[in-house]
Amino acid sequence: MAYSEKVMDHFANPRNVGEMEDADGIGEVGNSKCGDIMKMYIKVRDDIITDVSFKTFGCGAAIATSSMATELVKGHSIKEALQLTNKAVMEALDGLPPVKVHCSVLAEQAIKAAVSDYYEKQGIDPKDIVGEIPEPIECHLED
Amino acid sequence: MDHRVYADNAATTKLSERALQAMMPCLTTIFGNASSIYTEGAASRKIIDKARETFAQCLGVKNPNEIYFLSGGSEADNFAIKGAAELMLKKGKKHIISTRFEHHAVLHTLEYLEKHGFEVTLLDVHENGIVRPEEFEAAIREDTGLATIMFANNEIGTIQPIKELASIAKKHGVLFHTDAVQAVGTIPVNIEDLGVDMLSLSAHKFHGPKGVGAIYIKKGIRLPNLIHGGAQERGYRAGTENIAGIAGAAEALKESCEVMQERNARLERLRDKLIDSLLKIERSRINGDRIHRLPGNVNMCFEGVEGEAMLLCLDLQGVAASSGSACTSGSLDPSHVLLAIGLPHEIAHGSVRLTFSTETTEEDIDHIISVLPPIIKRLRDMSPLWEKIVNG
Repeated sequence: MAYSEKVMDHFANPRNVGEMEDADGIGEVGNSKCGDIMKMYIKVRDDIITDVSFKTFGCGAAIATSSMATELVKGHSIKEALQLTNKAVMEALDGLPPVKVHCSVLAEQAIKAAVSDYYEKQGIDPKDIVGEIPEPIECHLED
Repeated sequence: MDHRVYADNAATTKLSERALQAMMPCLTTIFGNASSIYTEGAASRKIIDKARETFAQCLGVKNPNEIYFLSGGSEADNFAIKGAAELMLKKGKKHIISTRFEHHAVLHTLEYLEKHGFEVTLLDVHENGIVRPEEFEAAIREDTGLATIMFANNEIGTIQPIKELASIAKKHGVLFHTDAVQAVGTIPVNIEDLGVDMLSLSAHKFHGPKGVGAIYIKKGIRLPNLIHGGAQERGYRAGTENIAGIAGAAEALKESCEVMQERNARLERLRDKLIDSLLKIERSRINGDRIHRLPGNVNMCFEGVEGEAMLLCLDLQGVAASSGSACTSGSLDPSHVLLAIGLPHEIAHGSVRLTFSTETTEEDIDHIISVLPPIIKRLRDMSPLWEKIVNG
């Protein structure tokens, strides 16, 4: 298993990393048992994601996909952010090893979770706009 | 590239210069088939015979014919366990005892046997990573035919009371095999003093070549042949011998045994220095017993960080390390060894294993001590799990 240069770049020099004090929406996905937690913070003005940041507990791919996802939604509209797929995140990173694909799924979900939280804070039911955020299915635990 | 610190000697070791020199003639001028009767064949035969004697001497075995060469630890484990299981069946026995934290070469072989009607009991290894002999004795049944318990664990380096366990097995008429892949060449192993029936080892763990291992099978135990088709290794393993590999393995073992005492005293000091230093990091822990562990093994967990991320950061800082067994790196589940000693999943994810050898220097240890704490701090700073741990 080897990571692409882009993955290593985003792992070694993650973009938009850290907590955001005055976030308009915060989304958290994954769980510590599976070894991945992603937390996304967004700042929204006129339906545009003006700022975004993340904190991630996880492997190299988890950190790199978080970083790349923030880059891909920053400055874009909420509508565009909701169209971000895990595949787009992977492609932007020049691919991921097969066992790490779930990290890109988490990154996609983390963005959606942050947008959901933003809508909830606005008093808008996010269900119809964002849809359900399913639990990632790749973490199989024995007990 | 700048200076690299290789701290993954439990995965594999660098071939020693002496082993390489022992191999070279077998890769150039000595090429005969050891089964041939003419001069060229006899030259190859002599090398194998001499290597077998070296193995016997280094491992406290009087009869070199109890040593058989094969391709490595996994093959030795498969051969011993499946072969012994077949012998057991003839006596109507179907129960095997092992432990929860064996190498997968043992665990997966046992799973295979379970599918074929055998019953397996896996002993607990407790928080310190050591089997309790009284629990082993209590697990023995009328139909127990085999016990297979590793000498030293490949991840946490804990050393098992093999002599005591083997004597219990003998008392109850149970065959005893030990996977000594991490022990041979690393710590003193005297097979006859231990009283085991079978023992697996692998050359590349003690600066020998990859693809070579050996198994000790006590005289009187006749396992079914592993590979049919020739008289090599007294019929156990047909196929023209890997003469260069065998020569290199023997030289590497000899060298390891010569330097062992002095090297281990040095490695234990370096190991303890590293452990003491890293334990100063908050919410860190050492995995496995601190006393009964291999001289070159450090295995620690740091809460709030994930192991692979630590490894990548270490690699960028010139350090090659591992997180759990290299064989499980393709899996998303944390190490079965760390779960067996009772660690919760979230802590087991944050493990790092650093394993040392003859080649390791004090500067290497100091380098790790200087780079690892900032790596953990950096990863914790971006970890939402760490945020939760700190905020309760």
